[in-house]
Amino acid sequence: MRIGASLRKLIPYLARYQRRFAVGFVSLILATGIQLVSPWVLKLAVDDLTRGVTRQKLAVYAGVLIAVALAGGYFRFLMRRIVIGISRQIEYDLRNDFFSYLQRLPLAYFQRHRTGDLMSRATNDLNAVRMMVGPAIMYSCSTSIVFVVGVLMMLSISPQLTLFVLLPLPFVSLVVRGFGRAIYRRSEQIQEALAHLSSTTQEALAGVRVVRAYGREAVEIKRFRRSNDDYLSRSRAVIQLQGLFYPSMSLFLGLSALIVLWLGSRLVVANQITVGDFVAFNGYLVMLSWPMIAFGWVTNMLQRGLAAWRRMLDVLETQPSIRDPGPHPSLRTPSDIVGRVEFRDLTFAYDGQPVLDGVSATVEPGQMLAVVGPTGAGKSTLVDLLPRLLDPPSGSVLIDGVDVREIPLSVLRGAIGYVPQEPFLFSRSIAHNVAFGTLGSELPARTDSDNCSISQVVDIARLDKDIVDFPEGLDTMVGERGVTLSGGQKQRTAIARALLTDPRILILDDALSAVDTQTEEEILVQLRRRFRQRTSIVVSHRISTVRDADLILVLDQGKVVECGTHDELVRQAGLYAGLYRKQLLEAELEAS
Amino acid sequence: MSVAPMDEEVVGKAYDSRLMWRLLGYLRPHWSGVTVALVAIAGHSIMQLAQPYLTKVVIDQHILTGTLDGLDQIALLFLVILLTSFVLEYAETYTMQMMGQRIMYDLRMQIYRHLQRLDVRFYDRNPVGRLMTRVTTDVDALNDLFASGVISVFRDLFTLLGIMAILLFMDWRLAVVAFSVLPLIVVVTLWFRAHARESYRRVRGWVARINATLQENITGMSTVQLFRQERHSFGQFDDINRAHRDANLDSVFYYATFYPAIEFVGALATALIIWFGGGWTLENTLTLGSLVAFLQYSQRFFRPISDLSEKFNILQSAMASSERVFGLLDTSAEITDRPTSRAVTKPRDGRLTFDHVSFAYRDEDVLRDVSFSIAPGERVGIVGATGAGKTTLINLLLRFYDVNQGSVSVDGVDVRDMSLSNLRCRFGLVLQEGYLFSGTIRDNIAMGQERLTDDAILTAARHVHADRVIDRLSDGLDSVVVERGATLSVGEKQLLSLARALAFDPAVLILDEATSSIDTDTELLIQDGLRTLMDGRTTIAIAHRLSTVQDMDRVIVFHRGELRESGTHQELLALRGIYYRLYQLQYKDQEFDGR
Repeated sequence: MRIGASLRKLIPYLARYQRRFAVGFVSLILATGIQLVSPWVLKLAVDDLTRGVTRQKLAVYAGVLIAVALAGGYFRFLMRRIVIGISRQIEYDLRNDFFSYLQRLPLAYFQRHRTGDLMSRATNDLNAVRMMVGPAIMYSCSTSIVFVVGVLMMLSISPQLTLFVLLPLPFVSLVVRGFGRAIYRRSEQIQEALAHLSSTTQEALAGVRVVRAYGREAVEIKRFRRSNDDYLSRSRAVIQLQGLFYPSMSLFLGLSALIVLWLGSRLVVANQITVGDFVAFNGYLVMLSWPMIAFGWVTNMLQRGLAAWRRMLDVLETQPSIRDPGPHPSLRTPSDIVGRVEFRDLTFAYDGQPVLDGVSATVEPGQMLAVVGPTGAGKSTLVDLLPRLLDPPSGSVLIDGVDVREIPLSVLRGAIGYVPQEPFLFSRSIAHNVAFGTLGSELPARTDSDNCSISQVVDIARLDKDIVDFPEGLDTMVGERGVTLSGGQKQRTAIARALLTDPRILILDDALSAVDTQTEEEILVQLRRRFRQRTSIVVSHRISTVRDADLILVLDQGKVVECGTHDELVRQAGLYAGLYRKQLLEAELEAS
Repeated sequence: MSVAPMDEEVVGKAYDSRLMWRLLGYLRPHWSGVTVALVAIAGHSIMQLAQPYLTKVVIDQHILTGTLDGLDQIALLFLVILLTSFVLEYAETYTMQMMGQRIMYDLRMQIYRHLQRLDVRFYDRNPVGRLMTRVTTDVDALNDLFASGVISVFRDLFTLLGIMAILLFMDWRLAVVAFSVLPLIVVVTLWFRAHARESYRRVRGWVARINATLQENITGMSTVQLFRQERHSFGQFDDINRAHRDANLDSVFYYATFYPAIEFVGALATALIIWFGGGWTLENTLTLGSLVAFLQYSQRFFRPISDLSEKFNILQSAMASSERVFGLLDTSAEITDRPTSRAVTKPRDGRLTFDHVSFAYRDEDVLRDVSFSIAPGERVGIVGATGAGKTTLINLLLRFYDVNQGSVSVDGVDVRDMSLSNLRCRFGLVLQEGYLFSGTIRDNIAMGQERLTDDAILTAARHVHADRVIDRLSDGLDSVVVERGATLSVGEKQLLSLARALAFDPAVLILDEATSSIDTDTELLIQDGLRTLMDGRTTIAIAHRLSTVQDMDRVIVFHRGELRESGTHQELLALRGIYYRLYQLQYKDQEFDGR
């Protein structure tokens, strides 16, 4: 993308604050302009002193200096407050937009992008963008004003002296830019060396058992030392250059001061300028040194900000592949859904890999469908397609005879209670996690009736036994300083969470794998009793979980290889029957 | 799913003298560099003070008198000073920066060496990622302290003292006038420091929460979406984001006030100098040159003071990092050579004895009262369901862990009485997935034994059929292996790790059998290589597939941390116990997988 095009995307964010930007800009002009007055006051004072002056007049000069400083300081305060303040506002806006944008992206996006990478865009990159729209704009405006006005003032004192004094200054900017680039290049080499150092460490630490068993510690230390040496020598290359940076700046600026001293004093003696001019000239020169330095790093800030903004746009311009179809004439709320689920000759590929191949099955409302099969058979994919975590081909997954792609996402997902094998819990209280699906709905978070239904689902999920042992019951924090839940407890919390939304269709994707068989049995009995009219789809490795299902699908490599009730499948002596016998043996072994 | 450990985010104390002294200890080996840098800083700071003074001289002696004689000399002197201070400034920056780098180098070596000594158990508790942070990020934060923090503090101090001295020297009355604003500077700086510190702390706190919330929402996004809680969690994020913004706006306020305030105090000093100094000039008790010099010095006087307060952040993050680094360095290894440990030279035939061994890991019993012994040259397979404690046997033999009760002996000596290197050199370890290091094939087979010739390496490789792998690669033994051997197949990695074990010529061979499937041809090569390797060595093989233990001299069956059965394959089958059932199970397993 071209620079202009990507910067244009930033304009709406800036435009929102255009009035305040205007005020900030006026303050900036005033602050900078007023700042340039003081050397002139000094010039007048010094000139008067050489000619003889009254004390009163000195008092006036002193007063003017203070007044100028007060006014300048006030506008400088406003400038920083407003301009940097706006950059913080924009940062806030951008981060919110980024976040809500992420919320629209589908599961597949998060599987392809590393969390750390996305986080870095929302933090580091965003900060670089903020530096670009705040400090970089502020400094470039104020330094260019200082430069232009300062040079004009100097010219008005003595064009000849100005010309000579300005001679070394372009070098300063050149040095800043030139050094900046060279240092950047060498710094990249440092980054490489650092990456190497990290991977050397990573490797040795991850393989610590092999290292110890073969007594390879000394070799590893030697290897590390080599990387470390390399890093040191590359750092030296940068330091050699970087160390020159400030000294050469001081040198060039010093040369300008030298010219003022030598040539300026001659001009004074020749009566071409006054002593006051000479003093003021020195004052302006000091002021000019700052824009010279700032020019370099402002460019740097702009470059970095631009690169960061492009990285953010990468995310902001991804089209969410799963679209919300908008209102449906008959299915307006989750409770309009009855719960008849149908897979119609469903074929699905993920990343070019075929996962499901011609799967067909129908579940009547209130029935239980079980899906079994070896790892990688496509079981999870099958149930992910129902709430459109993955998007099915149109016409292949239907609820109540309607293509899921045509049901509004909020209705579809509201009607489905989905429990994955590794449920995600938030680092809040258990109660918060159980109530997660009902947060923000009309029900206030914890009324009595609400609490009562929480306790119901907690009972069904058999979390009640565990909660008694927790220090603060339902209010115990998950993770962090509270109790770290076991895998089974997490799964059961997630089941309670799904049940609380009173779903029409309950999906358990191997959601009882970490729960012991007895508790599992209890949960299933409870579910059958209290959720009789609800459709359920259960993926499992355990025969005990699925044996009572109305229909069992055996998937293998994306195809339905067996289909029927438990008794029918056991009689078929196929994959299912083998699995069944194996689990009987395991149970026997467990008992020994 | 819990949130990532927060210890990286905690904003620690700003200053801790105990930590500071320990940090300064790292300067000791570099005392000559420190001296050079200090001398350069002092010289450079003094030279920087020259320009206003030269201006004074020029005004008083040349401009006001109208004589140009000697002006050229002054200009020349100025030029010399400029060039000298160029050299000094460079010397100071270079020495200090390099010193920072060298200290980092030393620290990294120290941490790394320490990591090589720490118990294997330590690694179970500490994820590699976190340890990496100690070696890289935390050490970097300390570099900031040495390379830029310390240097500028000294520079600021020297400049400050230099200006004060020169002002007093030129005119003590006017110096007192100029100094009279110092209390104001101190007040403003203290005010700023207190607030900036507080808002920095708040901002850091919110940044940590933004990160945690982002991380949680990104990893749990599908949960949020399935429960249609996008709006709710956006609201939560918005609250945190807003609090972060407001904390920042607060901090903007302090910065926006501080800099103009400092500038104002500077202007106040200028006004006072004009008023008092101007008056004295009129009375002819002060030269105009001195007045101008005073004005110029007063401009340079305040920057060092306000700069000093900026060093605070550097100090703070250095303290936090050093606390973590020293925390790691202070963790001591429990499994080390004892004073009584010795190098046992003979016998070295590989007799292994477990005598009433019990071992618990994280309060969970893993082995309970296990006793058995393996004769020199005997080949034993260890069998049991997952979690039966098989791998722990290896960890105890190699002394990665120490037993809780009982004893483990090798060649008749308790492993705790042998030196670690003497103990471990008896074993050749072949892990499930041959762990390869980045480097050459030669490195990976020789594993740092320098006495091994290429011939010996190639011979070892040939015996276990790893020569095929080497031949396939273009550069033979010099072929480069990338990290974790990513370019080699699982089977090839296995063959290479067999060659590694053979080249090591151990008395005892430990095999942790591969679970991943390998194509049949390579599998046959590996089996044949293993036979060569086992020849004449005590072998202890952790078997996941029972097919591989059928030829062993003996099979030991573990179940829930206890030794339950022992005997040959046939004997155990006849026993109709656990082994028999495991065997049946695997048979079914193969049926299920062998579609």
